Amino acid sequence: MDLIVVTRDGLYCPAGGFHIDPWRPVDRAVITHAHGDHARVGSNHYLASSASAQVLRVRLGDVSLDTLPYGARLPQGDVTVSLHPAGHVLGAAQVRIEHRGEVWVVSGDYKLEHDPTCAPFEPVRCHTFVTESTFGLPIYRWGDPRDTIANIASWWSDNAANKRTSVLYCYAFGKAQRVLAGLQDEAALAIGPLACHGAMISLNAAYRAAGVPIPDVPRAADIPKTSLQCALVLAPPSASGTPWLRRFGDFSDGFASGWMQVRGARRRRGLDRGFVLSDHADWPALNAAIEATEARRIVVTHGQIATMVRWLSERGFQAEAFETEFADEGEPELAPEPGT
Amino acid sequence: MEAFARLYTELDGTTSTHAKLDALIRYYADADAADAAWATYFLAGGKPRQLVRTKVLRETAIEASSLPQWLFEECHLAVGDFAETVAHVLPPAVTLTRMGLAAWMHERLLPLRALPPETVAERLRAYWAELDWAGRFLLLKLLGGSFRVGVSRLLVTRALAAHATIDPKVVAQRLIGYTGVERVPTASDYQVLIARGADGTASSGHPYPFFLAHPLTAPVETLGSIDAWLVEWKWDGIRAQLVHRAATTWLWSRGEELVTERFPELVPSGNALPDGTVIDGEIVVMRDGEVAPFARLQTRIGRRSLSSRLLEDAPAALLAFDLLELAGQDLRSLPQAARRTRLDEVVARVASDRLLLSPLVACASWDECAVLRDASRARGAEGLMLKHRNAEYGVGRTKNVGTWWKWKIDPMTVDAVLVYAQRGHGRRASVYSDYTFAVWDTRNGERRLTPFAKAYSGLTDDEMRAVDAIVRKTTIEKFGPVRSVTPTLVFELGFEAIQRSSRHRAGIAVRFPRILRWRTDKSVDQADTIDTLLSLLTEAR
Repeated sequence: MDLIVVTRDGLYCPAGGFHIDPWRPVDRAVITHAHGDHARVGSNHYLASSASAQVLRVRLGDVSLDTLPYGARLPQGDVTVSLHPAGHVLGAAQVRIEHRGEVWVVSGDYKLEHDPTCAPFEPVRCHTFVTESTFGLPIYRWGDPRDTIANIASWWSDNAANKRTSVLYCYAFGKAQRVLAGLQDEAALAIGPLACHGAMISLNAAYRAAGVPIPDVPRAADIPKTSLQCALVLAPPSASGTPWLRRFGDFSDGFASGWMQVRGARRRRGLDRGFVLSDHADWPALNAAIEATEARRIVVTHGQIATMVRWLSERGFQAEAFETEFADEGEPELAPEPGT
Repeated sequence: MEAFARLYTELDGTTSTHAKLDALIRYYADADAADAAWATYFLAGGKPRQLVRTKVLRETAIEASSLPQWLFEECHLAVGDFAETVAHVLPPAVTLTRMGLAAWMHERLLPLRALPPETVAERLRAYWAELDWAGRFLLLKLLGGSFRVGVSRLLVTRALAAHATIDPKVVAQRLIGYTGVERVPTASDYQVLIARGADGTASSGHPYPFFLAHPLTAPVETLGSIDAWLVEWKWDGIRAQLVHRAATTWLWSRGEELVTERFPELVPSGNALPDGTVIDGEIVVMRDGEVAPFARLQTRIGRRSLSSRLLEDAPAALLAFDLLELAGQDLRSLPQAARRTRLDEVVARVASDRLLLSPLVACASWDECAVLRDASRARGAEGLMLKHRNAEYGVGRTKNVGTWWKWKIDPMTVDAVLVYAQRGHGRRASVYSDYTFAVWDTRNGERRLTPFAKAYSGLTDDEMRAVDAIVRKTTIEKFGPVRSVTPTLVFELGFEAIQRSSRHRAGIAVRFPRILRWRTDKSVDQADTIDTLLSLLTEAR
């Protein structure tokens, strides 16, 4: 029996009577993480990881929310549910569902690389693994994220020396905090002040409330003009091209995203710099994660679905696809990275 | 190679001209002369003959990536650039080499041409294993002959001049011919480029850097009184300089290619010029005293062997419009009108029907000028050139010592329907940015859309994104990178010329088609018909 099926409302577990990251309001929703395309308002009851409680409240407001520590088991209908770290953003979880010895895992979004702001990805053995495929092409291979952070610091330092504000676009939830966490050593803070767009303030606070050590940075509007010239300002990509940027005068802009791996994607946006930094698994990591589950049946969701299905089939997996309504970027050049 | 790869990454990573200039100057400050010689060659647009056959390069890359071919193709589609795709999918480097660019060229890359494919493949794999991402990307660009980075020749000229503290004009002239296809630049070639002192071109066949015109976008009245301007026809031919020095004649095209042998009928006129003369003009096909359409000249381009039949069918002439050197003296800083007077005298003395003056157009007012401009097409011209009487002859697209304006006739236009879309390359990779357009055609009884032109420029990025989204939604079928779509979009297309063609399904071919605007106000039914195009055919000639 399939433990997960796709319905009009989203991924559904018939034996457990709940949905996972539904895109329409349902009775009971298990949420993998708090990005907007996975955590939507309107459902009656939510279940999520304990680590995601603060950020989920920022996103969903005062909803009926139960939380579960990573690894704890909870009976739901005829199945047992547990949540396991996905390494994507704070609180991100894979959902493990067990029914009479049969195990399915829904990955949500995940990455394998180092991230000081969330628990690392945990491989979970299963029979069927439902995986994302955002960067499911061999061209996507990330370097060490610490090197990327160092490159951002060096770009910032060059700009500061020339009295130009550095505006770094990055997603407000996850990426921004990861960059902030990486830039809190003394060498970086000697360059100039850190600041962020107003859209990030409440999320930063939620991270600190959850015990993640990220610096408490002011809004760009609250920084004196003179020190703004050597500041690094984090802003959501939606801020590009808006009047909000006028306050910085002659600034340099960069974008921290996995999409920056491809030159065309950077050049189309007309940015000064692109920094390859993603909260999703790259091609080797997707393959490693799939292997580590020891699953023989793989269901591919949002991203490079057709490519991954064919690739996995050729390697002897029973591979198939779920059509979902998660932010799908089979066409990376047009869509922003999912989950803003 | 490492330093050049770093320079490439810097140039590629910024849109600021100032930052690019700084990066170039920094590179030249540290570079070994032999390496700088090659770097200059590539940056200034030099392309050596293909080093490795495309097929061998492709197969070796796919094999080295250990990917199935279909997956490599998927990657290529997503990236839109072969060299970049390969750089992404190769396994990581084993050790890094510090070999310089010149050594790479001489010891490794140039010899590849003479080697059998198996040996080439083996060497490529070994080279890739010694390079990081930036090095590989650069190597692949050099191997594939697609090296291009957002640097103009003018910027390279400025950087070299700043590095050597010499006049950019001198560097520009020395650079001419530097990037020839058979050229193997050496350290001493580079030292000549940046040497101080006399420029040493007087006895060589070097032309001057071409002065290029800017399109006139403001109303013509803003130029002030017409009395201050020389007005000429803008010919649709090949811009060229005829150089006669040391009893020898050279003919250079604007692409800085030596084309003397392609146009032998112009050589006697060159030989009849006094020693130390350089004339700037346009090569056209001239029959019975009339300038023939560009299509006629096209039959001469790219032919190395010329039959007497061809020479008779498409006889070339040079329409002279400027004099850059006389008696070995550089005249470029003289006023336009003074150069013109001397040109008239020089050309009159040659008295040849192959070297003619591009006539001055006499107009008493801009209004009169505009009327004449509208009749350009019938004369085989594309509009008018406006040159200030006091303008000096500048370098390239500069505007500092004078400006030439090209006041082209409005293009012919037609409202056409988008029927196929294809993904673009480079900056437009994986956006549907290249389109095929059709007009209504009832020639076979039923009313159907017949494709007649492809165009990929003219939309803003936002419009392109919107069209991209519609293409994806209205796709009927996919053929590789091409999609056929349900016709819903109408665009106004502009083009410069139209002629009958048996090779095109529509029976006509248009020159320089481009999108003028998106006709969101028109439905598909309101698009133009083939009859509109056919009527333009008669109007053009």
